[in-house]
Amino acid sequence: MAGAGRTWVTHAGLLIGVLVFAFPIYLALIASTWDASTIGRGALPLYPGPDAWKNYSRIWSSGEVGRFGSVPVATMMGNSLIMALAIAIGKIAISIISAYAVVFFRFPLRMLCFWMIFLTLMLPVEVRIIPTYQVVVDLGLFDTRFGLVVPLIASATATLLFRQFFLTIPDELTEAAKIDGAGPVRFFIDIVLPLSRTNIAALFVILFIFGWNQYLWPLLITKSRALETVVIGITKMIGTGDAQSEWNLIMATAVLALLPPVIVVLTMQRWFVKGLVDQEK
Amino acid sequence: MHKRVIFNNRLLPYLLLLPQMMITLVFFFWPAFEAIRQSVLLQDAFGLRSEFVGFENFAHILNDPNYLTAMGVTIVFSATVTLLAMVPALLLAVLADSGIRGASLYKTLLIWPYAVAPAVAAVLWLFMAHPSIGIIGKALNAAGIAWNYQINGGQALTLVILASAWKQISYNFLFFLAGLQSIPKSVIEAAKIDGARPVRRFFTIILPLLSPTTFFLLVVNLVYAFFDTFGVIDALTKGGPGTSTVTLIYRVYIDGNHNLNLGSSSAQSVILMVIVIALTVIQFRFIEKKVHY
Repeated sequence: MAGAGRTWVTHAGLLIGVLVFAFPIYLALIASTWDASTIGRGALPLYPGPDAWKNYSRIWSSGEVGRFGSVPVATMMGNSLIMALAIAIGKIAISIISAYAVVFFRFPLRMLCFWMIFLTLMLPVEVRIIPTYQVVVDLGLFDTRFGLVVPLIASATATLLFRQFFLTIPDELTEAAKIDGAGPVRFFIDIVLPLSRTNIAALFVILFIFGWNQYLWPLLITKSRALETVVIGITKMIGTGDAQSEWNLIMATAVLALLPPVIVVLTMQRWFVKGLVDQEK
Repeated sequence: MHKRVIFNNRLLPYLLLLPQMMITLVFFFWPAFEAIRQSVLLQDAFGLRSEFVGFENFAHILNDPNYLTAMGVTIVFSATVTLLAMVPALLLAVLADSGIRGASLYKTLLIWPYAVAPAVAAVLWLFMAHPSIGIIGKALNAAGIAWNYQINGGQALTLVILASAWKQISYNFLFFLAGLQSIPKSVIEAAKIDGARPVRRFFTIILPLLSPTTFFLLVVNLVYAFFDTFGVIDALTKGGPGTSTVTLIYRVYIDGNHNLNLGSSSAQSVILMVIVIALTVIQFRFIEKKVHY
């Protein structure tokens, strides 16, 4: 009987955890289905209201939320998607080729290059925000997609991860490929890339979330609202956060803003867990 | 560890490294160098001339009561976020690892908040804690507790801490769970046979065996609380009321972006770099040790 009691307590504990995580999102979902005045009165019920379609279709195509208006959420979502994909693919692409160079070649300055990449671990963007901002402005990249994405795609962690994995590829495989007459490019495309599939998938999930959730960098680097991402857009909608804001629309935007990365985590859970745990190594 | 079999090509490796090295040099090393350079310079009001002032900017900052306040806020904030993000995560991981039915479903339902952007987490918490329309804010006021995070600094800090920790629990949960699953079952069985009760088993066997994971997470969470919570603060409080939620990162942003005080902002950046380097070194020395086990 003691065992059954303990099981019950375990379930209860886990359920509390699940509820604490889910409740804020449930509330956002509910709020996005009512009208602004119901919420503004402080009378939000805990069950869905009738205005879901009205709210979501309004924010999706028209940009009239908040005091100064905004771009349509569809545009923001597009911007976030482009940024997240560009960051994820860009980071993976330049990291995998630089790890390949460091592992499969010997050349002067090899270790210097490796250590320079490694050192960027100690220079996160938050630490060097203002000088990096100045560099971007000086190069004429301010308020461009290029300036938004490129400074973020250098990655020490991804390079180290691929390097670690490449070191486990047996020498015999490389030897055999060389005997068959394969050059470095052929070997990379036919052998290394297919072998790296799971690592790439795992990294992609993590980096997509990283890219989608960027806040400080887009806040500094973009000015025109046409480039606004949804995470930036939603905080602009809040303004000073008074009760008269159109909270139904803000919450609908919040739901849309968190949906893509959450779906990626839930549908690619296996890769997500692998990607997270790999970064520790 | 090196490969024995390699390719011979003079130009190709440089070409492969070129994109990464260019970005690293232009957007990492040059700005870091600039930060260090400007931290020892003082610009005139028009930004036309600057003179070398040595450590004057640093001395100025470290004697600035506002900066020391921000440092205090950062310490309280980081320590509390780390604690609140790690303890519940460990508890949930222990529960999920107890061989209960539906463990994998629970796992799925507990990991997704990791994907929520810090700024979006802030918006969700703001909506709950709003003094007149939020479900929690209203309840607190109805219970006679004067709750308004927009004018009460302590409440603002509490809210920023809760929103930041809420989002980070999932990450810690996953690592604690992985750590628990790697503890050999035979060790726990042996303790059971020796008659150690669950609570005692946890503190004398499981917790010590988890210490590598715990230490790793401690560093990761401190880094998270230091740097990645900028979005939470900017969306929830903008550092207010007053300066009660201004952390060191938020302060660099305000000084550099709004006050345009480059010397001071650069000196602050350099101080932050030193903190990151210290944390990274601690982490890597620890990983080296782990290899020796």
